[in-house]
Amino acid sequence: MMPVGHYLFLSFALFMIGAIGVITRRNVIVILMSIELILNAVNINLVAFSRIFGDVHGQIFALFIIADAAAEAAVGLGIIIAFFRNRETVRADEMDLLKW
Amino acid sequence: MLDSILFYSFAGTAILSAALMVTRRNAIHSAVFLITTLLATAGIFLQLRAEFLFIAQIILYVGGIMVLFVFVIMLVRLDVPLHHITFRFQKWVAFFVAMALTGEVGVMFWYVRQLPGAGLLTAPAPTADKLPPNSEQFAKVLFSNYLLPFEIASVLLLVAMIGAVVMAKKRT
Repeated sequence: MMPVGHYLFLSFALFMIGAIGVITRRNVIVILMSIELILNAVNINLVAFSRIFGDVHGQIFALFIIADAAAEAAVGLGIIIAFFRNRETVRADEMDLLKW
Repeated sequence: MLDSILFYSFAGTAILSAALMVTRRNAIHSAVFLITTLLATAGIFLQLRAEFLFIAQIILYVGGIMVLFVFVIMLVRLDVPLHHITFRFQKWVAFFVAMALTGEVGVMFWYVRQLPGAGLLTAPAPTADKLPPNSEQFAKVLFSNYLLPFEIASVLLLVAMIGAVVMAKKRT
């Protein structure tokens, strides 16, 4: 395998792209997809260190993160559908029901 | 040699399509580029000899979560006329947050470089004829050491399923 710095840098780059996506995009669906990208970037770190230390605990943690991502996507998309039914929009800056 | 070719091709694909995903206007294009990123990450997992996660990544992420995303994108009408109430400083806020995080990670990398030999940490090369069985080790540890978290994860998925159904249900 490559030295671990390469994997750390790849993970960092994907994490950063995801963070920029969360901050700059206004479409809530794309924001959720950026969050998935961030979770995925973390998994690369876990699997790389699991390979270095030669045990599978990091991979199991990555599997739990994938399960969490699935749960989060299901609930988030349910919220988006419910919100779209109320307000006819998926733009983040129009979601101001709690602001008064 | 082959390792580095595989790594750089997968990593380049992942980063390039992640950047395209964030910058495309059309949400469907974003979803397709995110699928490409996830597949490239699955390739990275395979290169790290995590075969079970490679399959789980493709089946769960690409086959499950992304299909859900594409389904919702199709369901929700996206091309409504926009009101153009935009928060003008958003790009700058994003830029400064990105710069701060980049600086932080740069300091971390620089600091790690000071430690002797720490930046070149790498795994011992496995013997070519006999690889350790990944899925077996995975299952052994998952169902002995991590049995309770496994059950909690199943409860979490059940709660998320019920929550998604309740959220998306039409109110009568």
